[in-house]
Amino acid sequence: MTQITISTLSSEIEDMDAAYSAAGGDAAILHKHELASLVISGSKVLNANGTEGIVLETQETEHGVDVKMIIKKGYKIPLPVHLCFGLIPEDGLQEIKMNFVAEEDSAVELIAHCTFPNAMKVIHRMDAQMVIGKNASLKYTETHFHGPHGGIEVIPKANIKIEEGGSYYTNFSLVSGRVGYLEFDYTVEAKKDAVCELVTKVYGKKDDKIKILEKVSLNGENARSVIKSRLAITDDAVSEFRGITEGRAPRARGHVDCMEVIQGNAKAEAIPIVRVDNPLAKVTHEAAIGCVDKKEVETLMARGLEEDDAIDIIVKGMLA
Amino acid sequence: MLSRDGKRILRGVNLEVGDQEIHSIIGANGAGKSTLAYTLMGLQGYEHEEGSLIFDGEDIAKLSITERARKGITLAWQEPARFEGLKVRDYLAIGAKGNGDITEEELKDALKKVDLKPEKYLDREVGEALSGGERKRIELASIITMRPKLAILDEPDSGIDVVSLKEIVALIQALKENGSSVLVITHREEIAAASDKASLMCEGAILRSGDPLEISEFFKNRCIPCDSRVSPPKAALQ
Repeated sequence: MTQITISTLSSEIEDMDAAYSAAGGDAAILHKHELASLVISGSKVLNANGTEGIVLETQETEHGVDVKMIIKKGYKIPLPVHLCFGLIPEDGLQEIKMNFVAEEDSAVELIAHCTFPNAMKVIHRMDAQMVIGKNASLKYTETHFHGPHGGIEVIPKANIKIEEGGSYYTNFSLVSGRVGYLEFDYTVEAKKDAVCELVTKVYGKKDDKIKILEKVSLNGENARSVIKSRLAITDDAVSEFRGITEGRAPRARGHVDCMEVIQGNAKAEAIPIVRVDNPLAKVTHEAAIGCVDKKEVETLMARGLEEDDAIDIIVKGMLA
Repeated sequence: MLSRDGKRILRGVNLEVGDQEIHSIIGANGAGKSTLAYTLMGLQGYEHEEGSLIFDGEDIAKLSITERARKGITLAWQEPARFEGLKVRDYLAIGAKGNGDITEEELKDALKKVDLKPEKYLDREVGEALSGGERKRIELASIITMRPKLAILDEPDSGIDVVSLKEIVALIQALKENGSSVLVITHREEIAAASDKASLMCEGAILRSGDPLEISEFFKNRCIPCDSRVSPPKAALQ
C-alpha cells in the first residue's frame, strides 16, 4: 500500500472538511488511510492518499494543481476514490489539470465534491485528459456545492477516450447554491464495444448562466452512448444545451435526451445534434423544454401540498 | 355548473355521497364522469361556476385543490402522473403528512394492499421505469396512506388486468372500512356491484341515482353512447 501525505495545514483541512460536508460528502472518509483520496484547496494539496493499484501524483502550480492518476492494469479498486476540490476564500483562481488513465481491465469509481461556499469572485477550471483502457471501467460522479452569491465561474473541460470494451459513466450535479457561470465541455471518443453515459443535472437561479456542450463520437463497432441532461432554471437564469452524438461505425447506438424545466423569466435553448455516416449506425434524440407538468403538480396538491412545494419536489426529483 | 367556450359541460348534477359510502358513477365515454371528478377536486380549468359544493357542511366551491385536500378530499387519476426521480416511499409519505410522520410498516402495508412487494418497489422511482399498471397501484397506495375523508377514484381498474379487479374492489372496501367515503368512476359492473349506491351520468347530467345493480342494468339496456352525439334516451330523462 502506498500512502502519501503531502501537506497538513490544519486550519485549511478543517475548512475543507466543513465545506466537503456541506457539499454532501462525509469528511471522515478523507482521513481514512485505507481509502484513496485527494483533497485540494486552491493550489494546495492538503491530502493525497493512494492505495494499492492506484498511482497518484500531484504537482502544485501557480494557480492550481496538476494531478496524475493511474489505475494499474487489472486492478478493480473495491472502494470509491474520494476527491475534494475547492476554494474557501471569496475570490481566487483554481486550475486543476487532470491526467487520468484506467489501464486495461481495471475498474474504479471516483466520487468528487467541488465546493466553493463563499465564492464572490472565484474561477474554477478543470482540464482533464482521460483514457479508459481496454475493458476498463470508470464511474465518475461530481457534485458541486456553491454558495448563495453566484460569484463563480466553473469551466470543466474533458477529453475522454474509451478503448475497446471500456465503459465510462459520469454524473455531474450542480443543484445546491448558485450556479454562477457554468461552461461544461466534455468530448468522448468511443471505440469498439465501448459504453458511455454522460449525465448532467443543473439548477440555475437568478442570473445564472449555464452552457453545456457534450459530444460523443461512436467510432467503433457496437459502441453505445447516452447523453442525458436535466436542467431546471428559474428567475432570470439562462441555459444553453448542445448534445452531439456521432454514429460512425456499424451497430453504433446513441441517444441524446434533454429535459429542461423553466419558470419565471428564465430562457432555455436545447439543441440535440445527431450525425450518422454509417448506414448501420443509429442515433436518436429527444428534447423537451417547458413548465413543470401540470398533472404532477395537481396530483401533489391533491395530496395536500401547496403549489410551490409541489413544484419544488418535482424539480428536485428530476435533478435527483 | 361548468362550461367551456359557451357550452355547458356539466349541468343538473345533483349528487350526494354519504359518510363511509361507496358511490359509483356510471356512464358511457364522454358522459362527463371524469369532468365531474376534476370539478370536485377543483383542478385548473374545471372551476365550479354555479350551485353549491358542500363538504362536511361547508361550501368548498371556491377552495383551491390544496385546501380541498387538507379538508380530506383527494383524487386518483385514471392515468397517473410519472414523477421522474421521485421515489415511491417519498410519494407515499407526501399524502400521509397531514396525519403525521408515516412509519416504515405503514408504507409497506400500503403497497401490500395494492399487491406490490414493498422490498421491490419502495425505493424505486414512480416514473418511467414502472409500467402503467404499477403506477396505477402506487397511485392507489398513496390514497391509502393519505386516509382521506373522500377518495375520488377515476377508473381505478383501467390499466389493471381483470384478475386484479377483485383486489381493486377489496381496496375500495378497505378504504371505506378505514373511514373514507369513496366516489368511484367506473365502467365495471363488478365495482358498481360492490357500491352502496350508484348514479348514472349522461351528457353532463346525473340522470338517476339509486341501487347500484338497478342503475347498472339500466345503463346496459337503455343508454346509448354519448359520443354518438344524440340526445339521451327520452325514457332515461322521464
